[in-house]
Amino acid sequence: MITIVNYNAGNIRSVLRACNEVGADAKISSDPAAVAKASKIIFPGVGAAPSAMKYLKEMGLDAALQSAFKGGTPILGICLGAQIGLEESEEGPTKGLGFIPGKTIRFNLKDKSLKIPHIGWNDVKVTKAHPLLEGIKAGDQFYFVHSYYPNPASADNVYATSDYGNDFCCAIGYKNYFATQFHPEKSGRLGLALLERFDRWEGK
Amino acid sequence: MLSKRLIVCLDVRNGKLAKSIKFVDTKDIGDPVAKARQYYEDGVDELVFYDITASREERNIMIDMVEKAASQIFIPFSVGGGIRSVEDATKLREAGAEKVNVNSAAIKRHELITEISDAIGAQSTVLSMDIRRVEPTKEIPSGYEIVINGGITPIGIDGLWWAKEGERLGAGELVINSIDADGTKDGYEIKLTRMIADAVGIPVIASGGAGKPEHLYDVLTEGRADAALVASVVHYGEYTCRQLKDYLYGRGIKIRMSY
Repeated sequence: MITIVNYNAGNIRSVLRACNEVGADAKISSDPAAVAKASKIIFPGVGAAPSAMKYLKEMGLDAALQSAFKGGTPILGICLGAQIGLEESEEGPTKGLGFIPGKTIRFNLKDKSLKIPHIGWNDVKVTKAHPLLEGIKAGDQFYFVHSYYPNPASADNVYATSDYGNDFCCAIGYKNYFATQFHPEKSGRLGLALLERFDRWEGK
Repeated sequence: MLSKRLIVCLDVRNGKLAKSIKFVDTKDIGDPVAKARQYYEDGVDELVFYDITASREERNIMIDMVEKAASQIFIPFSVGGGIRSVEDATKLREAGAEKVNVNSAAIKRHELITEISDAIGAQSTVLSMDIRRVEPTKEIPSGYEIVINGGITPIGIDGLWWAKEGERLGAGELVINSIDADGTKDGYEIKLTRMIADAVGIPVIASGGAGKPEHLYDVLTEGRADAALVASVVHYGEYTCRQLKDYLYGRGIKIRMSY
């Protein structure tokens, strides 16, 4: 059973529907106790990091997520769930959950004809093998909507990049936590396949 | 680098496909969700449901349809037609639409764009505009005028001005629908599309006139559009989404090919 964390950060029902589509057993919850003892967690979210962190704290979900992470529960972060998985976000600035050392930063593009937010389909280039990225080939595209992206301190935690003006990190991971800046739930068959792999992943 | 997008528009009336859409494969007639699913599997990058329902009561049928579509198609889709308030937009978002398209209500009350953009984000706020070619005047210096009521009523607003104003008010994307090209299958209005794409900093979706794959190529290159919207050219079965994308890819357009 996948527990999808609900903390008032965007429409997360699309994640639930995508889980249903791939036959993964999933439910939405905002209960810290349920999150802390979940067998698997999807941590989605769209919006601003400061208000998201504020909600997580108010609801006691930050501690629940941290305890699940320490306990080895497989966690998949999506979008904001990647951005606040790092120690800090430039947005605010805000302190993140700190699963991975590093900082979430805003696009700083030299080419002023490129628009922020970065919205649409873009290539995802796998830079380091990971069970959740299995089968993704050169030229495969995923759907993005964001102005910030996670920038881990160590390249060891970077699993994929995309190119918008310059290369930026779009998938991060450490132990049982993995997170994508793109939206698997909106990325057609390739995105659904990633969710299906997460459903089978044991966090190793 | 971002890909160009192929978008299919489905006209919906009372939760069913509008009669103006005729299909070769008759088994899906009437059901917009089934048709959307078919296009999704055929590689369309985004879908638009355009609600041509007249009355307010019937809008709940649309909400219901959006919910169903959201559990069938796992790509972004937008909903347009009859959106008059933040409440309308929020309901559609909650039902699963990624974006909402506003059109005539925003012409009547410009602040609507800002209100919706503030509530659901600029990335989800699309301004659609129906435009026709006119003799340039002092009032319409660009020679393109905004029309409403399905293209029959001119309202004295310059198309280029309105596009820039829409961006300023908070729209995250523009749909440029040429009334002159619409239904001709002779190609998009390249000049109009390019004029607006060059003047704004947000993505532009070209609409109206697609009859052949070359037309899409032309508007995505010369017309500088970020996306090409099609309707009858796929509804009538002349081309599949895959065929259109294969053609564009073959001519060097960056577009999503693994789906």
